[in-house]
Amino acid sequence: MKAEILEELVRARAEKRPAVLATRLSDGVEKLVYQTDTQTENWLVEAVSEVLRADKGRVQADPDGEDWFLNPFNPPLRLVILGAVHIAQPLAKIAELANYDVTVIDPRTAFASEERFPGVTLVTDWPDEAMETIDLDTRTAVVTLTHDPKLDDPGLHAALKSPCFYIGALGSRKTHGSRVERLTEAGFSDNEIARIHGPVGLNIGARSPAEIAISIMAEMTERLRT
Amino acid sequence: MSDTSKSAREMDHDKVLEQAAAWMKDGHKVALATVIETWGSAPRPVGSQLAIRDDATFTGSVSGGCIEGDVVTRALDKLDGGTAEIVEYGVSDARAWEVGLACGGRIRVMIEPVEGNA
Repeated sequence: MKAEILEELVRARAEKRPAVLATRLSDGVEKLVYQTDTQTENWLVEAVSEVLRADKGRVQADPDGEDWFLNPFNPPLRLVILGAVHIAQPLAKIAELANYDVTVIDPRTAFASEERFPGVTLVTDWPDEAMETIDLDTRTAVVTLTHDPKLDDPGLHAALKSPCFYIGALGSRKTHGSRVERLTEAGFSDNEIARIHGPVGLNIGARSPAEIAISIMAEMTERLRT
Repeated sequence: MSDTSKSAREMDHDKVLEQAAAWMKDGHKVALATVIETWGSAPRPVGSQLAIRDDATFTGSVSGGCIEGDVVTRALDKLDGGTAEIVEYGVSDARAWEVGLACGGRIRVMIEPVEGNA
């Protein structure tokens, strides 16, 4: 690999631009191709878009029969946590370890403080405004943790209208029951509401905030990978 | 997210390329190893990477620890003007006793020096 290509790839990752490194196996010739790149050969444009979508590299022959290794570099996954509560602290840490970019939303600045969440992106706008500024795409997970419908519901509305891959809402079965009623009243269908994981997390008997964070992270991983 | 100096100090496990680039900037020679194909139960998926520094320090992984030793040795041999090499590892391989994959899978790994100056 050429040092310039390595630097360009590191730059693309810092700028969160999806890129594919294509290496010809016979002689090591390399091309860094971006998703938006239409200047390159047809077979490569298609292959690049496929490996980025699958988020999985592969060896593929070009029209001349030469094998290329195509390695996709997607931007990190994203986790939006609504509620800068105790569980959010270990969840933000675990998610960062799993290579997520974490954003914590809470208008209560006593909760959403740099001391409680060092290095995490904090947004202290009201959830409905805050959610509008975030692109909830297919590589994003949303978890609501406030227990307060005033704060949680706007986040759930935004998540349900998006293609995000995971929606989790903290609360008991009873709490979730009244949540479902409110969302139905707000016009969401049963199928849409069924996207919400509530009670949140895999049932591993978690008790402490860190254990609950692990159960949420495990459920997110399951939704993402299976 | 962590800044460059933090990831350089703590060797963030998911930032193999960033670590390789940081080592280059510090004046080290660096090689990269990448899993390009897998068959059967392979320990790390296609695209997994290992960065190797000229003093044999490494970060990332291409297996569960079974073949890293061999990959690092081969990578160090390439740091002085060597070229890329593709090595296949598997339990049926002649080197199985030494560096085979206990899981029974088979993987192809591309090992290459990073050429030029950062």
